[in-house]
Amino acid sequence: MKVTPYGVRGSLAAPGPSTARYGGNTSCVRVTGADGTVLILDAGTGIRSLALELPRGLSRIDVLLTHLHMDHIIGLGFFGPLYNPEMEVHIWGPASATLSLEARLRRYLAPPLFPVLLRDLPCRLELHHTGRGRFSIGPFRIRTARVCHPGPTVGYRIETDTGSLAYLPDHEPALGARRFPLDPEWTSGFELAHDVDLLLHDAQYTREEYPSHAGWGHSTMHDALAFGRLANVRHLAPFHHDPGRDDTGLEKALDVAMAEIKPDFHVTPAAEGHSFDI
Amino acid sequence: MIGSPRYTSAMAKATGTTTTAQQSVEMILARQLASYLFVPVLVFDSTGTIVFYNEPAERILGVRFEETGRIDPDEVDRLVELSNDPGATPEDSEHPIVVALQQRRPAHGRRWLLRRADRVRLQVEATAFPIIDHEERLLGAVAMFWEHHGP
Repeated sequence: MKVTPYGVRGSLAAPGPSTARYGGNTSCVRVTGADGTVLILDAGTGIRSLALELPRGLSRIDVLLTHLHMDHIIGLGFFGPLYNPEMEVHIWGPASATLSLEARLRRYLAPPLFPVLLRDLPCRLELHHTGRGRFSIGPFRIRTARVCHPGPTVGYRIETDTGSLAYLPDHEPALGARRFPLDPEWTSGFELAHDVDLLLHDAQYTREEYPSHAGWGHSTMHDALAFGRLANVRHLAPFHHDPGRDDTGLEKALDVAMAEIKPDFHVTPAAEGHSFDI
Repeated sequence: MIGSPRYTSAMAKATGTTTTAQQSVEMILARQLASYLFVPVLVFDSTGTIVFYNEPAERILGVRFEETGRIDPDEVDRLVELSNDPGATPEDSEHPIVVALQQRRPAHGRRWLLRRADRVRLQVEATAFPIIDHEERLLGAVAMFWEHHGP
């Protein structure tokens, strides 16, 4: 499969010259199978340009949402296939304890936040709840589980016959841990990430920034590397870059963490348009 | 942390250890919360196995989690005994942990005697509540003990 980020920024889009190397769009990743099946992971601002590059003739597309914080769904209203009556769009995401996925999405796709109602979208739209479980789309075998982040949030493990990907863009497995990582049994997200070829993982903060942001649902660069080591991943792509961190600052934060953790696996900060073949 | 070991399937095979499935995030957060609380807290899974207890619980149980790890239900009965205080009223006779795990509701018992591993008996109040996820699965229960110092 081919994994291409179209948005790697966390919390808020941060376009501009200082973030041009890694990109300023919020979370959105395209996963393309060998047979042409396309999955989209999250619907941040990157989804608009992703849609422009979809192959002609594609009749079905699946959007897998990890959670419904704005930076992960704000691009939905600008996702071209939703306005194409010939297109079959499946949106997968978590319900809450009291509201369905549809009811939760309607809070955004309705006035006063958006002029078009969810029910009025011309495409053939199907919504699916994800919580804990497994399902398949084309060649992709997908496993979901709830992970540590405020509000209902899932991570995804996606496997094909040739490779595996774990997507944990918003994840704070170190929350409350006196030392991190703990053993696998007590580490959120472990089973999703264990032994994967590529892990896209939250690495929003530096160690110095974390204490004033604990409980906000995100990881430090150090913790992302430590989590990758615990899970025995082959390649880690730090993701969900802080909107206030420019490209130089991002590379510096990674260098500091790399020097201390010394991972023995590949580490490549996720950048818009830079694909991974796995 | 720096230098922390990585966990691999190969390692588990090589050491002959069996891997325990990752706990759900709800149970992980219950454990993390328990580790910060001043009152003794036990975290049970849905089978009645103690999967974690905090430092204050170590003090009243007389054993250390680092030494025992998880404690199976049979072993729990041997390690500690929770029995009715003779002076308890009928409404106090519900075993809070049993109620939480079997009836999926919170319970509080005001007069219980906890006999710990060293045979010392403590008069305690016990509170237990079930941990139920969004899919209404019973994942386990949290039990808290309050040492009774009053009349």
